Amino acid sequence: MSTKNLTEIGLELNEKSDNALSRRKFLGFVGAGSAAIATASILSACGKDDNPSSAGVNLGSGDVGVLNYAYALEQLEAAFYVKVISSLYSGITPAEQALLTDIRDHEVAHRNFFKAAISAAGATPLQDLQVDFSTIDFGSRASVLATAKAFEDLGVTAYNGAGKLLTSSAYLTIAGKIVSVEARHAALIADLIAPGTFADTTDANGLDIARTPAQVLAIAGTYVKTKLNASNLPTS
Amino acid sequence: MNLQNILSEIEQKDPEVFDKLSDRRKAMKSFSNFAGKVALASMPFALGSMFKKAYGQTPTDVIGVLNFALTLEYLESEFYKRGVSTPLLIPAGAALTALTKIRDDENKHVQFLRTAISASGGTPVTFTAANFDFTARGTFPTVFADYDVFLAVAQTFEDTGVRAYKGQAPNLMSNNDVLTAALNIHSVEGRHAAHIRYMRKARQTSNPGNGLYVGNIKPWITLNNSNIGSAAVQASYNGEEITSQAGVSILNVGGQTFSAEAASEAFDEPLTKAQVEAIVAPFII
Repeated sequence: MSTKNLTEIGLELNEKSDNALSRRKFLGFVGAGSAAIATASILSACGKDDNPSSAGVNLGSGDVGVLNYAYALEQLEAAFYVKVISSLYSGITPAEQALLTDIRDHEVAHRNFFKAAISAAGATPLQDLQVDFSTIDFGSRASVLATAKAFEDLGVTAYNGAGKLLTSSAYLTIAGKIVSVEARHAALIADLIAPGTFADTTDANGLDIARTPAQVLAIAGTYVKTKLNASNLPTS
Repeated sequence: MNLQNILSEIEQKDPEVFDKLSDRRKAMKSFSNFAGKVALASMPFALGSMFKKAYGQTPTDVIGVLNFALTLEYLESEFYKRGVSTPLLIPAGAALTALTKIRDDENKHVQFLRTAISASGGTPVTFTAANFDFTARGTFPTVFADYDVFLAVAQTFEDTGVRAYKGQAPNLMSNNDVLTAALNIHSVEGRHAAHIRYMRKARQTSNPGNGLYVGNIKPWITLNNSNIGSAAVQASYNGEEITSQAGVSILNVGGQTFSAEAASEAFDEPLTKAQVEAIVAPFII
């Protein structure tokens, strides 16, 4: 192999410096890695070139992209609870109405906060999403609470999965401030459906789970008409 | 083409090329991303071995955070173990079932963190029941004799736990797997807190004269209200009342009006390690 070729490789690696590692550490790791792992998969693991469809409204990249992702989810939740409170299900108790009204206020505050925070960061907030609630029977307690549980649990897994995508500790803290409130919502909704099921989502280690943006958007897609494109979001 | 040979040859041309390309945080992120791909099922072991292979050891600060979390999980685990096993303390049925579920979760958190710390080359702290004084030096003398006191302490522990994990998240950004695991515990503590609060709301309704129940108890924290008739727990709630986030006032964000109560409820607030240590110190012998 010629020196010229090596220089070119060096330049290529330089361009991928996002994930580059010091040679000693990288080689030490490769050498220690399992023989079952092909070199190709190591290179793949270091790349960021997951390249799904480019169709749809792009959430953007970097921390702002992650904020737009959270903004999209909060838009969905807020729109849902606004509808829940404007068309209360039959048989709702005063206690349930008070709790769901609180949750509506929290979600609308989260939604408005993200729009303001993204603007404050000098970026353009995601557009207003078109939602599709045609599968929800807002007159039915069972339908409303089942949907609420799905949204809250989805929100928890989304924020848990998004934490590592952020590079700003301030934004990570903000996400942490919101996710525990979503978890409180999730627990309450679960208890309203079936008392004592507040933490039935935990895994064998007693942990909630985390989902990637792609996993979350695939689930949320049922309720969002606007096609969202997460292909530029960070993956680690 | 052999990757290792290529890298070796590049280094012969420029011994510092990889150091120029790398910084500690990105390297950490890359390794943990890799760990996630190969060993999701055995995550605590994987993240530990990644660190040891890459750096010879896990950064002391990450081990320190994990041991801090482990201490809090021991506190909770031993508290619920004692409560659940104390005859006649917790009403049979839904209450006992729920508190047993929470006990089991906390015990799993203890085991999970011990495994993760050991696999990372650290030494997990160890506590037993004898290390704790759940009366907090006599502040709650009837904690295992009076169910309402027990629930008040439980709520305080859960709400404090949520705030403690939240405060440590920025210190775990060097490792994706550790950060995500901590977040996955953090939200479970939030679920526990919500349920204990919901239980307390029901007890308040059925025991209207009991001074331990104060105000409108909700699954979320309103202003800096503990909703507990004891000043001893106030430090766990101070700071929760803020209504501005990242320089944005929530009271009128987006041109809509929110009460201070709603604005504070919508965001939980972190506590520093020192604040948490001061809160739990009376419970640790």
